Amino acid sequence: MKGNRKGPLEKFVPWFIPFFIIAAWQLLSWSGAIPERILPAPSQIIQAGIDLTITGELSEHMGISLWRALVGFLIGGIAGFVFGLLNGVFRFADLFFDTSIQMLRNIPHLALIPLVIMWFGIGETSKVFLVALGVLFPVYINTYHGIKSIDKKLIEMGKAYGLNGKELFFQIILPGAMSSILVGIRFSLGVMWLTLIVAETISAQSGIGYMAMNAREFMQMDVIVLSIIIYALFGKISDMIAKYFEGKLLKWNN
Amino acid sequence: MNSHDLQGVDVTIHQVKKKYDDREVLEGLDLQIREGEFVAIVGKSGCGKSTLLRLVAGLEDINGGSINLDGTPLEGLNKQARMMFQDGRLLPWKRVMDNVCLGLPSDEKDRAMQAITQVGLKERIHDYPSKLSGGQKQRVALARALVHDPSLLLLDEPLGALDALTRLEMQRLIESLWLERKFTSILVTHDVEEAVAISDRVILIENGKIALNQPIHLPRPRQRTNPAFSMYVEEILARIMNRKSKKNYSMLVNTETESLFNPINN
Repeated sequence: MKGNRKGPLEKFVPWFIPFFIIAAWQLLSWSGAIPERILPAPSQIIQAGIDLTITGELSEHMGISLWRALVGFLIGGIAGFVFGLLNGVFRFADLFFDTSIQMLRNIPHLALIPLVIMWFGIGETSKVFLVALGVLFPVYINTYHGIKSIDKKLIEMGKAYGLNGKELFFQIILPGAMSSILVGIRFSLGVMWLTLIVAETISAQSGIGYMAMNAREFMQMDVIVLSIIIYALFGKISDMIAKYFEGKLLKWNN
Repeated sequence: MNSHDLQGVDVTIHQVKKKYDDREVLEGLDLQIREGEFVAIVGKSGCGKSTLLRLVAGLEDINGGSINLDGTPLEGLNKQARMMFQDGRLLPWKRVMDNVCLGLPSDEKDRAMQAITQVGLKERIHDYPSKLSGGQKQRVALARALVHDPSLLLLDEPLGALDALTRLEMQRLIESLWLERKFTSILVTHDVEEAVAISDRVILIENGKIALNQPIHLPRPRQRTNPAFSMYVEEILARIMNRKSKKNYSMLVNTETESLFNPINN
């Protein structure tokens, strides 16, 4: 597509500020202006990353965090999507479920942490449950809204052109709601990481959040900062993946 | 799809009534349309002309009377009809080809291609509707309607949003496809000139009833420069505005004087 091709300048300009900050940070750390116990130098953080990679700890914690995020996201996302579809398409389902879902939605899911620990202990179930719960509502709301806001005239046209229920759904309703559904998914990815960070920090024996909390006990500043950076990278990468699919699925919108 | 096995349907509208809440839009309307006839319906906005079209399409239920297609009462959706809407109603997420294929069995793609070629958009089959001009969008909508070989084409002000030149082009295109395939056609329009240019008969709806039923006896292709053409337009406009036209054109309804306006043909 035209306009998508970036010149070398456009490619590098967004990275000027991060690069400058890291360079300044490194220089200030070397000069001693930033004490090591407040903030370790970038080079030390990289070194910590390398060390933990060699011992295999890092990949283990990252793996378990990713697994929790993915499983929770799939369960919550699929449940939100299915309820959104049902309530968006069928009037009875809407009447039956929507009010209850709206009530549950208004409970901050992180407030359930004490309860969830009582129910499931600090094992995997509690983390996956919290992530799924957090992801469910944004996906639900946006799927529901996307279906409700489809142009009724297009549906009428589809019926007049002899589409049956299945064709109507796959050719008009689902693509019509897609942009809103994708907004919900992108938003829920943010919720997913946030929930996981909190859950892992409070109650876990593995995962990036646990790695950070554990490092705190041993005053390993470099590992703490490394954990934060890994979360940031996870968030950025998942958003990029979502954006990629958005571009693919909404090609007609450009 | 040889043109000889395509034909129009006979539409008989008898005492049709339609109410929205308490407002009566159509109050016992009678209209007989022969198979293969091209009828234009004009009238002020809100007179019920679009409603009548939607009733014939089966998109809404009638509150009284009957609509018969070749003698069979219409129930539910009118499967013999295809409708073209003013706003096109193309699916923005489908390319031109897939829009035309809507509702078509998957093994009949070549027919879609043929329809697209007929409306002159062969080069654009892979484009999304957002890349097309208003006139091109309506061409796609026309192809989408015609690909099903309808025996009744319903046109709900399909050219209303187009510029004058594109409109003329589209009128010619619709006329030529109609001449070729001989489906019955009902055009709702607010443009009297368009109605006279394209139809066999102009119907004026007023207060939920037919106020004028004016056959147009002009040779095709119609010349807007023909004095008889402007007479028809003026007469119908005068009738819509409820004023007497300056001259008496009552002879227009008289078929005996057809030769007067038809010097080339006869």
